[in-house]
Amino acid sequence: MIPFQISGSEEVFISGRNIPHIDPHLTLWEFPISLYLFLGGLSAGILFFSAVVHLINKEDEFKGAAKWAPIVVPFALSIGLLALVYDLGNPFYSWRLYTTIRLESPMSWGAWVLLIVTPLSILWVMTYIRELFPVIKYENYKMPFLYKVEELAVKYKKYMALALLPLTIILGIYTGILLSAFNARPLWNNAILGPLFLVSGLSTAAATIILFAKSHHERQWFSKIDILLIVIEIGLIIHLIMGYYAGNEMQIEALDVLMNGEFTTMFFGLLVVLGLLVPLILEVFELAGFKVPVIIPAILILIGGLIFRILMVEAGQLSRILY
Amino acid sequence: MNTSRRDFIKISSLGVGGAAVVGGLMPVKLFGKDTDFNYDRPDLKRLPTYCDVCFWKCAAWAYVDEEGKIKKVIGNDEDQLSRGRLCTRGTGGLGLHYDDDRLRTPLIRVKGKGENAEFREATWEEATTLIAKKMTEIKNKYGAESFALLKHGDIGKHLDHLFQAYGSDTIAEPAFAQCRGPRDEGLKLTFGESCGSPESTDMRDSKCLVFIGSHIGENMHNSQVQEVSEAIDKGVSIITVDPRLSTVASKSKFWLPIRPATDIALMLAWMNVIIFEELYDKEYVAKYTTGLDELKEHVRPFTPEWAYSITDLTPKMIRESAYEMAHAAPAVVIHPGRHVTWYGDDTQRTRAIGILNALLGTWGRRGGFYFNEKAKVPKYPSPDYPEPAWAAKDLNVDLPFAKEGVTNRVIQASVPGTTLPHQVKAWMVAATNLTYSVPEEKSSFLKALDALEFLVVVDLYNVEIAGYADVVLPECSYLERHDAIRASEFREPSIALRVPAAQPRWKSKPGWEIAKLIGDKLGLGDYFNYKNYKEVLEWQLKQMGTSYEEMLHLGVKNLPRKTGPLYLDDIPDYQFNTASGKIELYSHELADAGFDPMPVYTAHPQPPRDYFRLIYGRAPMHTFSKTVNSPNLNDLKNENNLWINPRVAKIWNLKSGQEVWLKNQDEVVSTFPIKVRLTERIRWDSVYMVHGFGHKNKKLTRAYGKGINDTEMVTNIMVDPLMGGTGMRGNFVTILTENPNESVES
Amino acid sequence: MRYAMVIDTLKCVGCSDCVVACQTENDVPHGYCRDWVTESVIGTYPEVEIELRSERCNHCDNTPCVRTCPTAASHVIEGGIVLVDRDLCIGCGACIESCPYDARYRHPEWGTVDKCTFCVHRVHKGQDPACVSVCPTNCMYFGDIDDANSEVSKLIAVRKYKTLAPEAGTKPQIYYLI
Ligand SMILES: Nc1nc2c(c(=O)[nH]1)N[C@H]1C(S)=C(S)[C@@H](COP(=O)(O)OP(=O)(O)OC[C@H]3O[C@@H](n4cnc5c(=O)[nH]c(N)nc54)[C@H](O)[C@@H]3O)O[C@H]1N2
Ligand SMILES: Nc1nc2c(c(=O)[nH]1)N[C@H]1C(S)=C(S)[C@@H](COP(=O)(O)OP(=O)(O)OC[C@H]3O[C@@H](n4cnc5c(=O)[nH]c(N)nc54)[C@H](O)[C@@H]3O)O[C@H]1N2
Ligand code: SF4
Ligand code: SF4
Ligand code: SF4
Ligand code: SF4
Ligand code: SF4
Ligand SMILES: [Mo]
Repeated sequence: MIPFQISGSEEVFISGRNIPHIDPHLTLWEFPISLYLFLGGLSAGILFFSAVVHLINKEDEFKGAAKWAPIVVPFALSIGLLALVYDLGNPFYSWRLYTTIRLESPMSWGAWVLLIVTPLSILWVMTYIRELFPVIKYENYKMPFLYKVEELAVKYKKYMALALLPLTIILGIYTGILLSAFNARPLWNNAILGPLFLVSGLSTAAATIILFAKSHHERQWFSKIDILLIVIEIGLIIHLIMGYYAGNEMQIEALDVLMNGEFTTMFFGLLVVLGLLVPLILEVFELAGFKVPVIIPAILILIGGLIFRILMVEAGQLSRILY
Repeated sequence: MNTSRRDFIKISSLGVGGAAVVGGLMPVKLFGKDTDFNYDRPDLKRLPTYCDVCFWKCAAWAYVDEEGKIKKVIGNDEDQLSRGRLCTRGTGGLGLHYDDDRLRTPLIRVKGKGENAEFREATWEEATTLIAKKMTEIKNKYGAESFALLKHGDIGKHLDHLFQAYGSDTIAEPAFAQCRGPRDEGLKLTFGESCGSPESTDMRDSKCLVFIGSHIGENMHNSQVQEVSEAIDKGVSIITVDPRLSTVASKSKFWLPIRPATDIALMLAWMNVIIFEELYDKEYVAKYTTGLDELKEHVRPFTPEWAYSITDLTPKMIRESAYEMAHAAPAVVIHPGRHVTWYGDDTQRTRAIGILNALLGTWGRRGGFYFNEKAKVPKYPSPDYPEPAWAAKDLNVDLPFAKEGVTNRVIQASVPGTTLPHQVKAWMVAATNLTYSVPEEKSSFLKALDALEFLVVVDLYNVEIAGYADVVLPECSYLERHDAIRASEFREPSIALRVPAAQPRWKSKPGWEIAKLIGDKLGLGDYFNYKNYKEVLEWQLKQMGTSYEEMLHLGVKNLPRKTGPLYLDDIPDYQFNTASGKIELYSHELADAGFDPMPVYTAHPQPPRDYFRLIYGRAPMHTFSKTVNSPNLNDLKNENNLWINPRVAKIWNLKSGQEVWLKNQDEVVSTFPIKVRLTERIRWDSVYMVHGFGHKNKKLTRAYGKGINDTEMVTNIMVDPLMGGTGMRGNFVTILTENPNESVES
Repeated sequence: MRYAMVIDTLKCVGCSDCVVACQTENDVPHGYCRDWVTESVIGTYPEVEIELRSERCNHCDNTPCVRTCPTAASHVIEGGIVLVDRDLCIGCGACIESCPYDARYRHPEWGTVDKCTFCVHRVHKGQDPACVSVCPTNCMYFGDIDDANSEVSKLIAVRKYKTLAPEAGTKPQIYYLI
């Protein structure tokens, strides 16, 4: 018997329902999904910045963004996909995702976008990998077709960049829409989630780029971008919370999980303070000329980004439509 | 099969299009095979049985697949008791077959007793030889009568036969002194007959139903539940008297949340209203009853205003509910209940129910009580039984109206130096979990268990009582055996057949075979003149004008009535089976025996400060303690909860789901904790739990340690002086939030 | 044709027979269930009422579970019955997340999603779903709600009823008589 309270009255399952991962509340999607969303958003952000830098022809000025950070992407996406597949109940059938296109299903969408973005990210990295690591000689691998691939990639890099702009935005938004498509979970069911996840993804990407930045100039630039993104993100989060407060009973109840429930410490302590405010302040200080090791705000932002996904995934599953 | 499957696939592929229409978008299928649900199911073979998960005995079909696995048990449409629908426990009954925690082989105790007992496995040959040897020894030393049989359920018939052949009629079951005994005797004293089992309540045609404690819907006796539901469809109004908002109370027009133990006061007030406002069935009362004048004088002082302070029920409530039933009369059932051993004045309370029914003219009337009939099954030929020197009934000294064996008396007679006229030396306990069903009387139970020279337990499970047994025999589940023909009393007589749907699991054996094995060893072979019980059934069914084969097809057969009409109105000059031939509102029989001839309200103690009255009842998905470990039903409910009113919980600072222990007025502390359920469905002065949980035997892996066994908390027993019923609701408990057993355990 | 279930909460006794019947009929693994019984207690003693509801997939008209399914494993067949094709399901859980009624679960052995099928295998043979057919209070009705003469249609025409979480917009097709 699982009791739960609905506006003062008692509500119990009297048939002993206690289904793993469904009761007492949904815990179906766990850390792997959060990780997948995090890495997806991060990858989308990095590729987005990289493509932009390429298109504005500032590859040398922003070498970290253009070349170093994107190396992370194929790995991040692969790990993300592995996490997703790991979380499937029937992983050996994951290919079924590609036997149909379901436009209304964000999951289907994401699967297809990833199917395109992942190889693109590899091609993208291929266009300059030998420049960064001269030790890599394709001759050694006796795989002549890779030459061909590289050649083509380099040749069409501009088009690749053009394609990546919408694709990465879709991917970035998708990580939020995947959740917001679920009407059944009031905490997720919010149009802001897409943009919010996109911005958060971009912010984690900027942080990664800061880590990889090769010049103070690049670091400063991306710090500025990041500050802007964090401010937007905080704005969106406030907007989200106000929206829920103004919302119906379900939304208020859903928000309760974050505002004064199981996840409150995590939400305020880890996300808002450590993941957003502290790095924001540190970055502003750094811009103002104080000496701050860049690695600290960058890593805080990355951790904050991951925590944000964990929070949204787990707290979202706690929220439910009341009846 | 094949064609339908193909059709099905056709429909399902159509369905993908349907999905698109509904979803608004066509799912583009790039490759992959067409939809194939695999939702179709193979045809199953069915075998007749009747459910043994409780004593209602609904006729059913066991469905078996090609590999011989029992897949489901479904009610038999032709059966009046099930009407094609089993209750929860019946539907989940196959769990008794599949439970791997069942007893697997005969066991012989080698060391220790109770929870610490150690057993070794034995063969049937060895175990039954030992039992026969001991039975012979006891017979030679003390007489066969001192070997008692305590039993319940279907195996009872087979063991009755064994014991009577052996020379003992020292037989008792908890169904009497812990259950329906007071009701049966109270009704007999009033109407000359009881309502039987299944109760002869004509509820499907009732216009008003009154349930006093009886919690139909939680008490899942199948056809009753079905008939109440049918009556609801027809607009019946229900009155429920219960300190707890029982399920049926929630369906009632009047819920009377009575202060426990004051029901007789309410009923006297109802009588007062019905008599003095002349709402009774004058013609019926004049024609069929005696003693109205005495009754009228008797109830004169018992006005609703008088009852108010006793029962907590407002005079308005009492009056209006009385009017409600009076207006519906005679299509009224004031249900006599079934488990009625509450406060020791239970026979008298049933008398009050009987009298109310009589005043409203419901007995023998449509929508009230009909006259039931039972099929006669011829007895398979065997020699006459020897006449025992004494029987269980002879232990019922000072219990003039105990017409059956009283379990507690058998137990008391087993304590060395008993004051009862006879000494019991050995027991066979079959299909009754005595430590859960018979409350302990000042530890006479343990003394008896200690003193017994021999104890055999025949059960499905390694239940707690088995820990005291010298020999434990595993009976197979009802789905694995033949059994006696079911001949239930109902509107029409009927017979039903039970055949095995699967082989007995492990080395368990059917009851009939156990009886025969022991009988043969005792040299009573003449009484067991068959190889297989099927022969007995074949012979009996043939005598009854049908056959085993026909019954294999039908499962149940309804027979024409032979005893006459269902209702009084169709019988001229009906005579009741009482001394006066009439319904006895005033009972000379009781007066002559020195008891109150009309029910009297006696105040019972109410809980002291910080204590609550412990009340208990049934959960619809379990039968007592016997299904708690059964996988399917355990899935539905694996522990009991302690119902507490939230206002009380606030004072005691208790939360829903919190584990607490109980201590009763005699300082008895519960072995296990129980989780609190805060609910507005109960009075402030009582706590409630479902009976049957809190198993102590670790071998019952699903049931062990889950919840509290209410029987453990029942140490104050209010014995009914008329028939020995053990009133169990005079116990008060207080709540402990810390584990009182901690120090003992570590 | 539109299959629907009508359940009379005024007759239901919460016995859970419907639950165990479904389990044995459909080989639901132990510890899981496709249907369940909820008790809502409203009010304070002694002014208390309870509502008992046997709940399961609502076979919604508007199916978020089907929409969010990336492989089309979740689908609707004729009569509006929502099913999961085990051969297509990858167990991603999107449908589980999108069902407001928590009516689906991942099968512990198969990893694919399982849920109430409205006993399509029985309905197809003209029988009632298993839960409906055992209910001892006869409080469940199954039939074609598009057919004005069906028992289900007649019941909701004359009786007061509700559906669960109508605000979720799923247009559930289980009607509770209240
Ligand atoms: N505290 C308290 N005590 C009560 C009650 C109460 O509500 N509260 N209720 C009373 C009532 S109304 C009654 S009728 C009695 C019932 O009392 P019992 O009949 O003793 O009820 P159970 O405890 O279910 O015990 C049944 C036993 O039969 C075993 N069994 C099950 N199936 C089979 C089988 O096929 N063959 C064999 N050989 N054994 C089998 C079970 O394992 C179990 O040990 O209890 C009474 N005692
Ligand atoms: N599911 C299921 N059904 C069963 C059984 C089972 O084990 N499981 N057992 C069967 C058997 S053998 C029997 S005997 C019957 C028993 O079934 P009933 O005869 O209905 O049982 P009781 O134990 O008398 O009733 C319990 C109810 O009495 C209320 N009560 C407690 N104290 C008082 C009081 O002082 N006054 C009043 N008016 N009410 C009170 C409780 O709150 C509870 O609702 O059930 C049968 N049906
Ligand atoms: S009432 Fe239920 S448990 Fe009892 S015999 Fe009938 S189906 Fe079985
Ligand atoms: S079987 Fe019927 S009465 Fe029992 S819980 Fe289910 S719907 Fe209610
Ligand atoms: S109840 Fe849930 S699973 Fe069933 S159709 Fe509606 S949304 Fe889908
Ligand atoms: S779990 Fe299966 S049915 Fe559900 S959305 Fe994923 S693929 Fe579709
Ligand atoms: S319709 Fe069938 S599958 Fe659905 S809950 Fe009822 S029995 Fe289970
Ligand atoms: Mo009983």
